[in-house]
Amino acid sequence: MSIELNEVSLSYGGDELVLDSISTQIHDGEFVAVLGASGCGKSSLLNVIAGLLPPSDGWLQVPDDGAAFMFQDANLLPWLTAAANIELALKLCDYPAGQRAARVRQLLELVQLDHAGDRKPHELSGGMRQRVALARSLAQDRQVLLMDEPFAALDAITRDMLHEQLHSLWAATGKTIVFVTHNVREAIRLAERILVLSSRPGRIIEIRRISDTLRNDPAHSVALADELTTILRREQMKNDRVDQL
Amino acid sequence: MTALISSNPLTAPPVARRQPGARQRSTRLGSVFAPLVAIVVLVAIWQIASWASPLRADLFPSPVMVFQKLPALLADGSLVSATAISLWRALSGYVIAVLIATPIALILAHWAALRRGLGPLVSAMQVLPSIAWVPAAIILFGLSDATIYTVLLLGAIPSIINGLLSGVDMIPPQYRALSQVLGASRWQHIIHVELPAALPGYVGGLRQGWAFAWRSLMAAELIAVGGSLAPGIGSLLQRGRDLADLPLVMLVILSILLVGILIELLIFAPLERRLLQNRGLARAGEEKSG
Repeated sequence: MSIELNEVSLSYGGDELVLDSISTQIHDGEFVAVLGASGCGKSSLLNVIAGLLPPSDGWLQVPDDGAAFMFQDANLLPWLTAAANIELALKLCDYPAGQRAARVRQLLELVQLDHAGDRKPHELSGGMRQRVALARSLAQDRQVLLMDEPFAALDAITRDMLHEQLHSLWAATGKTIVFVTHNVREAIRLAERILVLSSRPGRIIEIRRISDTLRNDPAHSVALADELTTILRREQMKNDRVDQL
Repeated sequence: MTALISSNPLTAPPVARRQPGARQRSTRLGSVFAPLVAIVVLVAIWQIASWASPLRADLFPSPVMVFQKLPALLADGSLVSATAISLWRALSGYVIAVLIATPIALILAHWAALRRGLGPLVSAMQVLPSIAWVPAAIILFGLSDATIYTVLLLGAIPSIINGLLSGVDMIPPQYRALSQVLGASRWQHIIHVELPAALPGYVGGLRQGWAFAWRSLMAAELIAVGGSLAPGIGSLLQRGRDLADLPLVMLVILSILLVGILIELLIFAPLERRLLQNRGLARAGEEKSG
């Protein structure tokens, strides 16, 4: 077992409940998507798993070495080159100094950016920055990789390319990936299992397994996408009504 | 009216394209020439005003009269030696101020209770005119270099502390989250993330700290004259006042201004430009106005 959450709840300032009794188990090597409407608490759930937020109630179990994390906006340090951003992650996890440069080159090759190692983040496109961020999270060499809507701000073509790269990386490394998204098609394309969260407070209201057969069958995947979109729309409307009150 | 718009490159009107290098050169030349033109215009206005003024020439000297004083001051060496003495005091005092202010700012940034207690005091000290410290410093240290350095340090340190503090305050919260998920210790976060991220604010504080150091030095040198003190540029100003020599006073004021402008142009402006370019916050060759 890679991650286990048991009745995990989260509230900010003891008032507003953001997550309500989330229980689930995520297995070693599994690719799980957490799907939900905007503001449903899916990023908060990822922050709780990453240890960035303590749960208000319940308990969770994560691997001893923690989890690598990929932010929505690449969150690269602007004064460092792409290579130096990756190298910093290696330095902070005590990777041997003499082997860092070679490892950085490997990771840049892995995300097909071996030509861009000496460029600063502002000299890279949005998709390239996210690939550097992906390489940096892989540099930590942790079994669990948490991804918080990493491709949300990218154009469709770049996103499509990154989906392919991420899927190959997952297949090659066997990492446990928890991928937060509000994009139904992205979740169906990438995940083996989708957890659908309700709106405020976030509860797991649907769990769907996605087989390769379903994924590769256009009719079935479109039908599932429509069904999940209807659920999200319903939740979003509930959310909007709460906002109006 | 006919619009000059064409989708066909063969029929489109020729557009003069400027190369990036040419653009950079023209921006840099502009940044040098614009202040020069402004200075020439101001000096011309001054000259015209002195001609038109009903005041006596020794009470409202023209720029020509002021600059006529320069060869004599250069010949006796008093202006050069006073400027060198003041510059040495300012630079050495400034380095000491940076070495004292930086760790204090880091401690205040990480110790909330201490900052709540001392933060307003530091801000108040920044508002207090440095000249107010001069009598106290003279009573404590007499007419010595210690008096000058005390006033300079008390003028510069609060600005540098506040600059670094505001730099740390402006660090995006996601950098802290990044350090945490990368497994950085507190020290690793400070060294690898916090200090570089706070650098633009810190440089702003250093720049302001220099301005305060230079002003405080002039205030101290103007009042603390004699004793074991070597005559700095402030005491030359005082000499001009004692002799009612307005051209000398104006010449010294211009020298003080010139040193300030040179330090700004040679050190702080390139440092800030390089820092911003390095982070993609300013285009290469782009000058920051103001």
